[in-house]
Amino acid sequence: MSWELKAADLPDLARGATLLGTGGGGDPHIGRLLVEHVLGDGSITILDPDELPDDLFVIPTAQMGAPTVMVEKIPAGTEPLLSLRILEEHLGRKAEATMPIECGGINSMIPLIIAAQTGLPVVDADGMGRAFPELSMETFAVYGINGSPLALAGERGERVIIDTGGDNRQMESLARAVTIRLGGVGHIAEYAMTGADVRRVSVPRTISMALQLGRAIREAREQHRSPFEAIARVLETTLYTNLRELFVGKVTDVERRTTEGFAKGRAVITPPEGAHDGEFTIDFQNENLVAKSNGDLAAIVPDLICIVDFETAEPITTEGLRYGQRVRVLGISTPEMMRTPEALETFGPVAFGLDDSFVPIEQLRPEPSW
Amino acid sequence: MHIGIDVGGTNTDAVLMNGTATLAGVKHSTTPDVTSGIVQAIEELKQQHAFQGGSIDAVMIGTTHFINALVQAKRLAPTAALRLGLPATAALPPLVDWPDHLREAIESRSYLAHGGYEFDGRPISPLDPEEIRRHAADMKTHGIRSVAISSVFSPVNHDLELQAAELVAEVLGEDVAISLSHEIGRIGLLERENATVINAALRELAIEIVDGLTKAVRDQGIEAPIFLSQNDGTLMDEEYVRKYPVATFASGPTNSMRGAAATSGLSNCAVVDVGGTTADIGLLINGFPRETANEVKVAGIRTNFRMPDVLSIGMGGGSIVDIETGEVGPESVGYRLTSEALVFGGSTLTATDIAVAAGKANIGDASKVAHLDAELVDRVLQRISERISEAVDRMRTSPDPIPVVVVGGGSIMIPRDLPLFGEVQRPENFAVANAIGASIAQVGGEVDKVYSVEPGKRDETITGVREEARQKAIAAGAKPQSVSIVDFDEVPIPYLPGNATRIRAKAVGDLEMGPLT
Repeated sequence: MSWELKAADLPDLARGATLLGTGGGGDPHIGRLLVEHVLGDGSITILDPDELPDDLFVIPTAQMGAPTVMVEKIPAGTEPLLSLRILEEHLGRKAEATMPIECGGINSMIPLIIAAQTGLPVVDADGMGRAFPELSMETFAVYGINGSPLALAGERGERVIIDTGGDNRQMESLARAVTIRLGGVGHIAEYAMTGADVRRVSVPRTISMALQLGRAIREAREQHRSPFEAIARVLETTLYTNLRELFVGKVTDVERRTTEGFAKGRAVITPPEGAHDGEFTIDFQNENLVAKSNGDLAAIVPDLICIVDFETAEPITTEGLRYGQRVRVLGISTPEMMRTPEALETFGPVAFGLDDSFVPIEQLRPEPSW
Repeated sequence: MHIGIDVGGTNTDAVLMNGTATLAGVKHSTTPDVTSGIVQAIEELKQQHAFQGGSIDAVMIGTTHFINALVQAKRLAPTAALRLGLPATAALPPLVDWPDHLREAIESRSYLAHGGYEFDGRPISPLDPEEIRRHAADMKTHGIRSVAISSVFSPVNHDLELQAAELVAEVLGEDVAISLSHEIGRIGLLERENATVINAALRELAIEIVDGLTKAVRDQGIEAPIFLSQNDGTLMDEEYVRKYPVATFASGPTNSMRGAAATSGLSNCAVVDVGGTTADIGLLINGFPRETANEVKVAGIRTNFRMPDVLSIGMGGGSIVDIETGEVGPESVGYRLTSEALVFGGSTLTATDIAVAAGKANIGDASKVAHLDAELVDRVLQRISERISEAVDRMRTSPDPIPVVVVGGGSIMIPRDLPLFGEVQRPENFAVANAIGASIAQVGGEVDKVYSVEPGKRDETITGVREEARQKAIAAGAKPQSVSIVDFDEVPIPYLPGNATRIRAKAVGDLEMGPLT
């Protein structure tokens, strides 16, 4: 069923989107302010993917580049819609809805800016089901939709079309180069498709899931209930059915290095004094990729590995990880469409150069934690 | 000799110091006007330890006047915010996230103009002098007396902020107060701009306060220079305060932590300040409080100036104890301790009662807690020490051992030994520690910018940044041979080429003190 999103929902949505960012995706704060500023007292229509007419024309929108730049060089505000318009002109067809390509982090907010400006509805679905570092890591791509042609807009009104046919990785690479020349952030419209395609290739209901997760965490805190229990109850009703507590402990080391523009590194978490559960490690590349307990696999991409405050469940980004934080590491199962052989080839362990193979979290940890 | 005075929200502390020795210390309630409180403090010091005005080398003052003015939205100047960055940044104009009542209190005007830089130093668009003059003329017609100027990526290159300031001054006259964002905050445009606007709004009050303080001190026959405490624990001279009043905002907790450390003789330690409702834990590194890495909200406004990183846990002398679980707080009887605690004849079991029952403190009537089960008392004390230990452990930056200094009225309940940390230190002179904290005579300089580090040039870049920080400290009045780098970090920025790296260095040295020249 379609529903209306209001400004008052945005803080909860941002919290949920940060959780789904699994450590990366960029802080949604500035995106939230942008939506709030345009939306005012209005509302945004969110469409359920199951109810889309087959021939509805949908253009997903996002920002790409360095979130650090966006907190300093705030957008002009015209870029998101411009990117959509460029692609519409190029294709000779008007979009009837937009949607996120990535529900984790700041990209949960960008389509909402366009919606608030134009009244265009937003489809409750995305193409990553979490956050990933590259534009080619999309279920859209996995199931046969091309990212190209991609439209890219800058704040000075720059208009760029990139068309690499079926080569989504080359599209990512060219768009990245243009984005850097634009000053580190670009706004994009890509993966244009029909309503029937959206149903077939997107991860459904991830906006409403982010909102419910953020709201459940807040309400549990306000009512002094366990936020983890609350997260578990929300996930049960979604395609991300399984929540597991992978580890509880203290961050004792964070090692970081920057390689080819990615923040890579490892966090080490040790058990509270007295316990003898050994050592827990999480390797990240912007997002958390693989978690191991004493060298044994505990969870691995594309399943979600989320580091949160052990009490409040506030998500902690890889950038925000610090020695001494008391954390809970959560593992969340991803929908089956994100775990097929073709999906794993695009954004599974092998896509990140990891040695381990994918094993579903519910197989690694059969017992529910809450 | 020098004098340290800390004007807090409740109490004013003052000390007369000879080097690091405390010759006299006084404490009284804070007066509503600045001047009479200072006069009273200096006169009381004289009574305790007679001195001539001419023998004082410096007067250091910590004050909450400026942050209070903002919180109460009083005595703020009509202020304009001018931002250089068009066509970028138009989506969120200056002051967009301010509470309405503060926007009204500063009769704010907000302007966008062309200018600003990219992260790598390329211009976004050229500055348009005519555009700036038009905006300045509009400010003039609206009676603006103070202007905050921000420019995109000014922490990378600030020259446009300087150019815009000249143009604004040409139109509004030399008397207009201008605050530049690169001198106040770091990367994060909205937060830096907010801090700059707050500073601008306080500039007129700064003149009034500094003039008042100066007059009060001079009337006591003291001709020595006057300094004010900054958020980071270093001092600024009165000329600097007139330009950057916002730098005094967190001097209260900072002076408390530095005073605790100074009285215990430590410069690397955790400080636990236990009050009635909370225990506040901070970390001192090389004598300075560790600062937060996050945005800080002041009076409802998100800013990013540096504040001490303090962790508050809901556990103090007035915290209510659960007889079943032995858990302490977070609920507290607060200021009603002297009527509600058992030792004062009340009916609520508080942490203070436990401390008295354990023989750790002599407060109220000990016979009123004699009936408490010894096992419960032990269990509660155990719980207190566990939670304090855990909080200190959360704050420290590495597993290395660190001494713990406990201060404050509620610190009686903290056991002598803490798990993980061993014996705690309890300095004696704590009643006036805030003033002692204010009197520590050090000045500093800081650099915090994004650099594009060329291959093979990392060492060269870092050396340059450290030297810039050193020179800033010397310019602030530090003895050159005493200056050292107390804080340094470099954070690579993802998704950017050219090894874009944010580098921060802070240098601190001893204040050049002595007879006036």
